[in-house]
Amino acid sequence: MSSDPYSDRGNKDLSLGNPKGMGTATPVKQGGKSYPSAGGPFLIGENMTGGYGAGPDILHDCTIAVDRGEIAVIVGPNGAGKSTGMKAVFGMLNLREGHVKLDGEDITQLSPQDRVAKGMGFVPQTSNIFTSMTVEENLEMGAFIRTDDISGTMAQIYDLFPILKEKRLQAAGELSGGQRQQVAVGRALMTQPKVLMLDEPTAGVSPIVMDELFDRIIEVARTGIPILMVEQNARQALEIADKGYVLVQGRNAYTGTGKELLADPEVRKSFLGG
Amino acid sequence: MRVRATLYSPDELIYDKDFELDLLNAIVALSNFVIIPAMSYGAQLALGALGVTLIYGILRFSNFAHGDTMAFGAMVTVLVTWLFQSWGISLGPLPTALLALPFGILGCMALLLATDRVVYRFYRAQKAKPVIFVIVSLGVTFILNGLVRFIIGPDDQRFLDGERFIISARTFKEITGLREGLAFKTTQGITILTAVIVVALLFWFLNRTRTGKSMRAYSDNEDLALLSGINPERVVRVTWLIVAGLATIAGVLYGLDKSFKPFTYFQLLLPIFASAIVGGLGNPLGAIAGGFVIAFSEVTVTYAWKKVVTYVVPEDMAPDTLVQLLSTDYKLAVSFVILLIVLLVKPTGLFAGKAV
Ligand SMILES: Nc1ncnc2c1ncn2[C@@H]1O[C@H](COP(=O)(O)OP(=O)(O)O)[C@@H](O)[C@H]1O
Ligand SMILES: [Mg+2]
Repeated sequence: MSSDPYSDRGNKDLSLGNPKGMGTATPVKQGGKSYPSAGGPFLIGENMTGGYGAGPDILHDCTIAVDRGEIAVIVGPNGAGKSTGMKAVFGMLNLREGHVKLDGEDITQLSPQDRVAKGMGFVPQTSNIFTSMTVEENLEMGAFIRTDDISGTMAQIYDLFPILKEKRLQAAGELSGGQRQQVAVGRALMTQPKVLMLDEPTAGVSPIVMDELFDRIIEVARTGIPILMVEQNARQALEIADKGYVLVQGRNAYTGTGKELLADPEVRKSFLGG
Repeated sequence: MRVRATLYSPDELIYDKDFELDLLNAIVALSNFVIIPAMSYGAQLALGALGVTLIYGILRFSNFAHGDTMAFGAMVTVLVTWLFQSWGISLGPLPTALLALPFGILGCMALLLATDRVVYRFYRAQKAKPVIFVIVSLGVTFILNGLVRFIIGPDDQRFLDGERFIISARTFKEITGLREGLAFKTTQGITILTAVIVVALLFWFLNRTRTGKSMRAYSDNEDLALLSGINPERVVRVTWLIVAGLATIAGVLYGLDKSFKPFTYFQLLLPIFASAIVGGLGNPLGAIAGGFVIAFSEVTVTYAWKKVVTYVVPEDMAPDTLVQLLSTDYKLAVSFVILLIVLLVKPTGLFAGKAV
């Protein structure tokens, strides 16, 4: 029996409870305020320290940032805290120390919903689509905070990912891995975000689909949306990166331009397989 | 059979259509005692099960307080009905309770929002697991149980007025000349009609409106809903409001059809949960189908088939027992057995809900 009175005892009986799709985030509470804080990159999680709920710190003084017109890539071994860092930037967990700034504003106290409203879009690593809803409904939910006409944006997404238009009335959960990732990215683009955060957008897809997804991501970046991205395929990702971060155990191990990191013998040896 | 024919009308002796007539009588008796009552009971169960299934799907727990929520909503409706009756307000042939229903729903909404605020919200903030919510809802059940009895008392309360029948058995017999009468009560008509309207509205809401879709999104994936800018607390609130509506309507329809007694609502919990689980927990379509499956099973198993059988089989085979599988006292056992069978054989329910 665990010491946490709200933990997992007796939860296997699905006729009593429905844990599927239950939230795991301990997001920043609603009602927080943002305030001006000039200077710095467009989006930065600065000196972030924190973890999940009351658990141990996963991030230690970690900084990740992306500036206008850039693609920034985060690489690192499994369990390094890359996803945790992304969630922290999005307010999906509480920071014990550090700040998140967006476009000259300190948004550390803002809830995830408010960050969406400020123009941030996020594709998490896992469970990044509404599986029981159709492709079109997924896109509609992406645009949930918008009150204007979304048909133009939806048409743009269908231009970017033509297969989605074909499948728009199909449940997203029935699609292939690559198509699901396209739905996930499409959903995040529906708010017309000012910055896009992608957590392993090419995970679990075939190499051909991966190249295709990378092309699409570069296409999005060319439209002027800065992209902060976690990638398993470090070499390929760093090649297209303006800025690269190597995280190890929740800390910044190496930081530099994509080319610098690719050229760094230490980084090559430890993370790029020589 | 010819002998029996003399009982109703001497001149019917002339025609040799006894068997057809008997068959017709059998059908009428079947409709009167089985089909119509089961339809309206099924509609009441379906509405109750829809509330349970919505909470299961969106708030992620089996709400044991649902029966007593129905009782509370119905109680407020009963009280307002009495008030209207004392003022001399009525709806003519329709029960005054229909006029009081919106007030009952409002009262129930206030109750559920208050319970959520005082009780469930705390556990949501702790990210408590569903089983904790279930036990919490059991506590809420007891409190509501006491509250309702404290306010209105534990006894049967009558609040039905207006025309009792759309077609009474006697009128039916006079019109058709058949031996069996077919009674169609006003409350049964209202129940079925209301259920159809409510279900259509609910499905339209869940599948077509932005708020409805955001509720489905939250049910599917809470974290992603948060990332999309959907406010989880708003989803929870809207869910409670809808559930209050469904519970009150189900409770009032049941009360009109039978009578209002707080304890029967607690007992209704079993058939309601059986309906929701048989249909597949978390699946609204399943809840409706489940409601009718349970209602028809309960009514057919506890109905004394003697009359219908006597009409259909040849005279010498007519049964001399009641041909009743189970006494009505055991009607709850039917839900229980069906529930067990479904959980053993097809735990996801007929329509593949979320339970595995
Ligand atoms: N929801 C969670 N609750 C508690 N700990 C978590 C959760 N998610 C991840 N962790 C822990 O955080 C650490 C970093 O995980 P993660 O950020 O997913 O790594 P990466 O994305 O770099 O592979 C791991 O030790 C993992 O066990
Ligand atoms: Mg990760």
